[in-house]
Amino acid sequence: MSTGTFSHSAFNSQLKKYYTFYAGGFIGFVILLAIAEQMGMSRQWIGYWFLFATIGLYAGIGIMSRTSEVSEYYVAGRRVPAFFNGMATGADWMSAASFIAMAGGLFLGGFDGLAFVMGWTGGYCLVAFLLAPYLRKFGQFTIPDFLAERYGGNIVRTIGIISAITCSFVYVVAQIYGVGLITSRFTGLEFGIGVFVGLGGILVCSMLGGMKAVTWTQVAQYIILIIAYMTPVVWLGIKHTGIPIPHVAYGYTLQKVTELEKKITADPKEQEVRKTFADRAAAGRAALANQDKAFADGKAKVEKDLADAKASGDAAKVAAADKAVAAYPKDVVAARSIWQREAGLQARTGGPRPHAEPYPGKDEKARDTARLNFIGIVFCMMFGTAALPHILMRYYTTPSVQQARVSVFWSLFFIFLLYFTAPCLAVLAKFDMYSNLVGSSFAALPAWAANWAKVDPGLLNITDINKDGIVQWAEVVIGGDLIVLATPEIAGLPYVVSGLVAAGGLAAALSTADGLLLTIANALSHDLYYKMIDPSASTTKRVTISKVLLIFVAITAAWVTSLKPGDILFLVGAAFSIAASAFFPPLVMGVFWKRANKWGAIIGMLAGLGICLYYMMRTYPFFTNMGIPKMDLWWGLNPISAGMIGLPVGVITIWIVSLLTAPPSKEVQELVEHVRYPHLKGDSVVSEAR
Amino acid sequence: MELTQKHHEYWRKNLVYTAILLLIWFIVTFVEAWYARELNGITFFGFPLGFYMSAQGSLAIYVILIGVYAWLMTGLDKEYGVDEGDLE
Repeated sequence: MSTGTFSHSAFNSQLKKYYTFYAGGFIGFVILLAIAEQMGMSRQWIGYWFLFATIGLYAGIGIMSRTSEVSEYYVAGRRVPAFFNGMATGADWMSAASFIAMAGGLFLGGFDGLAFVMGWTGGYCLVAFLLAPYLRKFGQFTIPDFLAERYGGNIVRTIGIISAITCSFVYVVAQIYGVGLITSRFTGLEFGIGVFVGLGGILVCSMLGGMKAVTWTQVAQYIILIIAYMTPVVWLGIKHTGIPIPHVAYGYTLQKVTELEKKITADPKEQEVRKTFADRAAAGRAALANQDKAFADGKAKVEKDLADAKASGDAAKVAAADKAVAAYPKDVVAARSIWQREAGLQARTGGPRPHAEPYPGKDEKARDTARLNFIGIVFCMMFGTAALPHILMRYYTTPSVQQARVSVFWSLFFIFLLYFTAPCLAVLAKFDMYSNLVGSSFAALPAWAANWAKVDPGLLNITDINKDGIVQWAEVVIGGDLIVLATPEIAGLPYVVSGLVAAGGLAAALSTADGLLLTIANALSHDLYYKMIDPSASTTKRVTISKVLLIFVAITAAWVTSLKPGDILFLVGAAFSIAASAFFPPLVMGVFWKRANKWGAIIGMLAGLGICLYYMMRTYPFFTNMGIPKMDLWWGLNPISAGMIGLPVGVITIWIVSLLTAPPSKEVQELVEHVRYPHLKGDSVVSEAR
Repeated sequence: MELTQKHHEYWRKNLVYTAILLLIWFIVTFVEAWYARELNGITFFGFPLGFYMSAQGSLAIYVILIGVYAWLMTGLDKEYGVDEGDLE
């Protein structure tokens, strides 16, 4: 390893100095914009400033870190100190979903949402104990590299490439979608233009400097995203708990929320609204059961109303009845979608969900199924985390095995800061809404509610169902993304903080997209092209091909995003299940069980992946609606947790097939010994690629 | 190369550390989640304990577990002479 002219500790302290200046500069920038806002700068311009200043900054870091050296391009020269690699991994890991959607999921789902909080942090224990130090010692460039070297042969590498690309591509589409959403919301640019502005930032950065540029940009992005997430929560915490660290005190807020839930459940006005929904849902179901009759009856009724109104001679009544006739659906097909919507109101008849209660359900069996699915999600998110190539790849970039171990600690620490804040934010926001929004009059809604209901009815919709002029909780519909986006306004902060939150969400989405695109392009250029098609390619050619592929992959991903594929949350969950089933067993067994061999790995990966995909396709409505025969859930386990079946199948298959076939060669066994020890004197295996 | 007795001992100790830490990880994750309903009967700093663990407690324990592992292994590397020398 290169010591000599290059000192790690000097590099480290230099980095600390740069990033401290940078963080201070960023805070100064926000303060300047806050002053400008007081002096009358418009909201749109604040949005533009945040968008272009941060993207320009990331591009600038990309240009400064440009490189065409192979080891700089693929693994940042293997000299990223543990602390900074931790920050970069934090940004790499936390996506638009973590930043924007997670607190909303916790707000809506209560305890059940915590499955993601636990799964996406606990997975790092597996990374730390079972993978990161050994992959670092192995010291190649990609994850398929390890599989191919350990098990030998191009079949394993090919399965590895396909799995890596599948789960990364699904994931990157969700990120680019997030970029388009945030830029369009906060600047008023169109969704498509927003996607391409963001994409430009990603490409300048990762194309010029590969892993090196991506690493230093991700550190910068982490600093922005954590400042952006914490600021409004601290403010809201002071408002409701009186101290700036609401994390320790929101237990008492949670108690108040639970009391308010009981009050709302028992309130007669609330019950009246829920009863209205129940009646409308029942009518909708009845109409769906007998569609032709319902359609004819409905039509006869509006026509009779019109005739009656004409007979009474009241002009206002005639106009209203006229409108009703004109608005009546023209055929049964059009009416059906309305009835389905009405029947769907059943979901709003239940009253508030008890926030702190685990696994609510109508009977013991329903509760047990809810518990199994909670554990299923925790399981798949954890093992998926420990098998996602764009995360594991980051541990190739530290200077040593020891630094890789410490680096996982810093990674989880920086991720923890955001993840243990999200449940706190959900409770504080809920308390605010239960106590300030519920019971307010429609004439004088809280300013933030009036504003968001007007701007985006998809995120906040309040309708006076029982016409009493007062807001009941049952009359409010909230989209999950509202929680993070509206918190600055709920806390009563100036608009500049909303802009800051948008910049944070953008940083989260861009940094994850950077890491994922790089993983895909590297799998294609390094594993497929260099290792399998043209092993004699020069280093310049390899890096050039990688850069070209990066553009190609990015444009393909943007194109897929522009088609707006449905249910992104399911796709992300599926990516985790696939990674857990295909990658986790061969990676971990490759280190801890010398006897695991080539055929075990090949058949095990195919079996794990196969059963995982089979279960999803036979149970998830998206596939069964396309004509794949539907089957019942096994033990009530949801399709998103298919990895809970795939992973054990993979492990057992590798075990049985390996024992039935010949043990791996002596060289492979020596490689396993090689990765197990950070340093062996007289070690003949040299695996590290430079 | 041939591994010495000492090397095997190092690896065995590593496996023991890993197993103990994974056991704690398993308890604060899956055993905790399984009994979350019962744990919620206990109040901790105003929180129902089951909720607290899943929202904060287990997360903090994960961070500590990884820190302990890194610290233990740095010591073990030095003790058995398989450390990488002064690289920092």
